[in-house]
Amino acid sequence: MIRLSSVSKRFADGTVALDGIDLTIPKGAVFGIIGRSGAGKSTLLRLINGLERPTSGEVRVDDQVVNTLREADLRPLRRRIGMIFQAFGLLANRTVAANVALPLELAGIAPAERAARVAALLDRVGLTDRADAYPARLSGGQRQRVGIARALATRPDILLSDEATSALDPETTRSVLALLADLNREMGLTIVLITHELEVVRAICDHVAVLDGGRLVESGPVDSVFSGTSEQATLALLGDGQ
Amino acid sequence: MNDGFFQHVVWSDIGQATLDTLTMLAGSLALTIGLGIPLGVLLFVTSDGQIDQSRPVNRVLGIVVNVLRSIPFVILLIVMIPLTLAMVGTSLGVAGAIPPLVGGAAPFYARLVEAALRDVPRATIEAAQAMGATRLQIIGKVLLPEALPGLTAGATVTAITLVSFTAMAGVVGAGGLGDLAIRYGYQRFQADVMLVTVVLLVVLVQFIQWAGDRLTRLVDHR
Ligand SMILES: Nc1ncnc2c1ncn2[C@@H]1O[C@H](COP(=O)(O)OP(=O)(O)O)[C@@H](O)[C@H]1O
Ligand SMILES: [Mg+2]
Repeated sequence: MIRLSSVSKRFADGTVALDGIDLTIPKGAVFGIIGRSGAGKSTLLRLINGLERPTSGEVRVDDQVVNTLREADLRPLRRRIGMIFQAFGLLANRTVAANVALPLELAGIAPAERAARVAALLDRVGLTDRADAYPARLSGGQRQRVGIARALATRPDILLSDEATSALDPETTRSVLALLADLNREMGLTIVLITHELEVVRAICDHVAVLDGGRLVESGPVDSVFSGTSEQATLALLGDGQ
Repeated sequence: MNDGFFQHVVWSDIGQATLDTLTMLAGSLALTIGLGIPLGVLLFVTSDGQIDQSRPVNRVLGIVVNVLRSIPFVILLIVMIPLTLAMVGTSLGVAGAIPPLVGGAAPFYARLVEAALRDVPRATIEAAQAMGATRLQIIGKVLLPEALPGLTAGATVTAITLVSFTAMAGVVGAGGLGDLAIRYGYQRFQADVMLVTVVLLVVLVQFIQWAGDRLTRLVDHR
């Protein structure tokens, strides 16, 4: 379970990215966070693995308070939280297999076990035949599959997704989302997914939170939020999506 | 054999001078890379918004690098004589040339290293942080390997700069092709010696550029 209590984030330049957020993300959920560009979605996501620290409030993952952890104590936590990005963040000078192996190298896992795990992961995301290719030779959808395999390498129980499908065409988006939904079901992986696209939430999320100008507008099960809302920010997003 | 165009050219001297130039180049390039990479990494990681941001460290290093880079190499050669004497025991010959060569080239290469690191996409560094990489792991496994094409391209430019530096080092009796060109070609008006040394320097520069370009292409998978 991930729990944010009265979390605010103010950057050094004075920008208030998050303002008094209270949010609980249940274990095993596919939790969507939606909002316009600049709403504070990425900042919120990055609090969960300690890439950002809140100015005030508390961020908890299970029974661990993340926001007070020292850098060295954040590392083991980060190994159980995978992350994928809109820009993929793959290493251009490493092959597909070597990219997936990277988190295992960083964690000090022996080469033989590394190779076995990488093979299994590539098989899972359907990229076994591209193991020796460099990312530049892959399509966007394939790159994001590498990103997903890499994020899962250390066997995390949480996956953070920052607009992971925003650079992909609709069909590729559907297949990547289907993969995420499968992983959620098979492994009980908790997925926190931020997006500005309503369709993504509709496709795989069971819960959704709406963020606007750094504030949490509403949150709850997808159906009830999308059909029963009276919030302006949510209605505006719903309007855009239709 | 004594009245042809190449009448003044003593080929064994040319051979020795070429060897001296290559030795100075190899020695100073190796040390320049060895010093320039850590310095460039420090300049990059301490800059604003990077993994080890530190304004004081960044400022001090930046000033040192800029000062060294703004001193013309001929001046550096002379200014560094006491330091060179202290380090290698002589300010003459191939050994005496290496400290000033490195002093002139390492700050230049450090800036090229810094620029190459700046080209590594932000998302790549963040992905490594999100995996739980330590700072040293980010530098060793992500930043440097990802910047490798920039590092080799920068080393190529630096090697060529060093060739012209070695020629100037002839002024303080460093030996090598530049020394020969100055002592015989210029001071004794032996145009044939001048021509041979200049042609050899041109060939050397062309070769470095060709080899450097090949190497850069080989390591670039972007
Ligand atoms: N490092 C930073 N420094 C200053 N302002 C930032 C920083 N990161 C994000 N912001 C600002 O915080 C707000 C929220 O940003 P972000 O969380 O990236 O929004 P979203 O992901 O919803 O588009 C924006 O106004 C953005 O400009
Ligand atoms: Mg964002």
